Amino acid sequence: MIRTEEMLLNVGPQHPSTHGVFRLVVKIDGEIITEATPVIGYLHRGTEKLAENLQYTQIIPYTDRMDYLSAMTNNYVICHAVETMMGIQVPERADFLRVMAMELGRIASHLVAWGTYILDLGATSPFIYAFRDREMIINMLNELSGARLTFNYMRVGGVKWDAPEGWVDGVKEFIPYMREQIKGYHDLVSGNEIFLDRVKGVGVYSKEDAISYSLSGPNLRSTGVKWDLRKDEPYSIYDRFDFNVVTKETGDCLARYHVRLEEIEESLKILEQACEQFPAEGEILAKVPKIIKAPKGEAYVRIEAPRGEIGCYISSDGKKEPYRLKFRRPSFYNLQILPKLLIGENIANLVAILGAVDIVLGEVDG
Amino acid sequence: MVEELLHSSPGIANFGIFFLLGAVLLLIVLGFVTYGILAERKVMGYMQLRHGPNRVGGKWGLLQTVADVLKLLLKEDIIPKAADKPLFILAPVVAFAPSFMVLATIPFTDKFQFADIGVGLLYYIAVSGLTVFGMVLGGWASNNKYALLGGMRAAAQMISYEIPLVMSVLGIILLTGSLNLNDIVEQQENVWFILLQPVAFVVFFIASIAELNRTPFDLPEAENELVAGYHVEYSGFRWAFFMLAEYVYLFAMSALITVIFLGGWLPLFDFLSFIPGAVWFSVKFSAVVFVYIWLRSTLPRFRVDRLMEFGWKVLFPVALANIFLTALIKTLFF
Repeated sequence: MIRTEEMLLNVGPQHPSTHGVFRLVVKIDGEIITEATPVIGYLHRGTEKLAENLQYTQIIPYTDRMDYLSAMTNNYVICHAVETMMGIQVPERADFLRVMAMELGRIASHLVAWGTYILDLGATSPFIYAFRDREMIINMLNELSGARLTFNYMRVGGVKWDAPEGWVDGVKEFIPYMREQIKGYHDLVSGNEIFLDRVKGVGVYSKEDAISYSLSGPNLRSTGVKWDLRKDEPYSIYDRFDFNVVTKETGDCLARYHVRLEEIEESLKILEQACEQFPAEGEILAKVPKIIKAPKGEAYVRIEAPRGEIGCYISSDGKKEPYRLKFRRPSFYNLQILPKLLIGENIANLVAILGAVDIVLGEVDG
Repeated sequence: MVEELLHSSPGIANFGIFFLLGAVLLLIVLGFVTYGILAERKVMGYMQLRHGPNRVGGKWGLLQTVADVLKLLLKEDIIPKAADKPLFILAPVVAFAPSFMVLATIPFTDKFQFADIGVGLLYYIAVSGLTVFGMVLGGWASNNKYALLGGMRAAAQMISYEIPLVMSVLGIILLTGSLNLNDIVEQQENVWFILLQPVAFVVFFIASIAELNRTPFDLPEAENELVAGYHVEYSGFRWAFFMLAEYVYLFAMSALITVIFLGGWLPLFDFLSFIPGAVWFSVKFSAVVFVYIWLRSTLPRFRVDRLMEFGWKVLFPVALANIFLTALIKTLFF
């Protein structure tokens, strides 16, 4: 009789496919996973606790470092929460700048998700094509905010800088270019037999599972749940734009892949309309007091970030710092279904499933 | 000359001559590996909107690989404490030696060949199968879980793909009636075997990628899954030996494909025969290498369980059907 035993394998925190410092302790029988335990916290910086000693404007740069691939949406959620508490009306031009920045950020974030996902599956070139196109977005956001990754662009009541001359035209030119690139992406990867073999029917979960695990964003919409806060609870000026909520029915990795790519196209639609409606002039910052003090009470706002629903809860006792601040970080919630999905899969599928969940460790660990 | 030497009585002088010839071949191969790696990095670079190496040795980066190899040789020799030391040291040698041995039979031109043995093709396939021992040994001796998984994958992959590889060339052997690589080339005087045996070529090419452990079949060292697979614990010159083995096999396999499918040193058309055979060989050979590099920068990786399925359920039956058809056509029409 041959003695066999299960092997305990540490995937991460230094592993090429864990997208940062994520650690997964898996029990494997041969290459089949029998148990998976995620270990997180390697990038924990205590954003929420730190925020309790910071003024509201000072918290904004910390949010940049949570989901560092789409810092604009994080900027927005904290500003939006404070504005909701104080009842500040944001000027129209500022709203347009915010929406355009967020949608550009969404495209950039999905591009990284696409590129790294294909890289995880073993093809090296698409990653570089995605980063080439992301670079154009980064440059545009750089013109806007002066930073390439941690923008610190938004302020309570508006945005910090106005768009430089010709910026909107630059965005306008980018839209047809990006549409053309998406076609190229589909040509290059979407029909590839090996790729389909890796992702089709892999990591499937049902609508009910997705909802009970509190998934959001593309991870939720890939199962057919039509839920997008931009449509269902419009914030900012999203109700002015005409776009679709992308859903797929199958709930596998391929569905998540397609949802992300199609969301890029929807974001381009929003950008196109925003460029047309962009007000020629106007204020970019509402009249807000020098020292922002949120009134006593609490507020919770949620918006649609590229990875799902990002929420911000503020409890204030009327001081210039929040009494308690809490972020609902979508990657953290999306990650929770992972141990369930991994059971019975092999190591190759581990990478495919984890990549399709699309986590950012800065956000998971907070 | 080699013929005479082979039949002469052994002596110091003969030994010296053979040794020198071996050294010359080694230098040629090392030269290829050096510039093969550079070519791979350059071609992949241009496919990926980069420039590739462009600093060391002028704007083409001509000395980049040399510098890299020197760096590897100077690195500290690390053997993990828990590793099985003798096997750990042995593994890279076991992986490399056969890769160099197979080169002996390949006829580069009608004159330049080291051993014109009757069963050249069989010799190639048999000896190249030995390399997997090096990989499994390395994976086992490292005492690392990723390395172990990589080693096991390597073993499974070799078994699954060696058989279609052999089966696909049987069609050609049926046509030529010889296992001698020189005979195989000479019989392609009128038409190359890639045209007579297209199915065999496709099967052979796919299986050869798996043999070479290159994308999309680079599962034993799948970076994104197993970090570096069987050689995860290797560094410095031991790691260089594994890499060297890989690139020498690339050299050998491309040469073999050139010989058995693309007519070896024979010219494309008769009126072009004033161009020397060595040039023809290197042109065809470079084209094959280019396709390998091209595939590497294009395709994602196979999944490990699908890999076995593909080998046994698709390639193997197709190769068998090809043998059957070839035999049928040969007996009925020739």
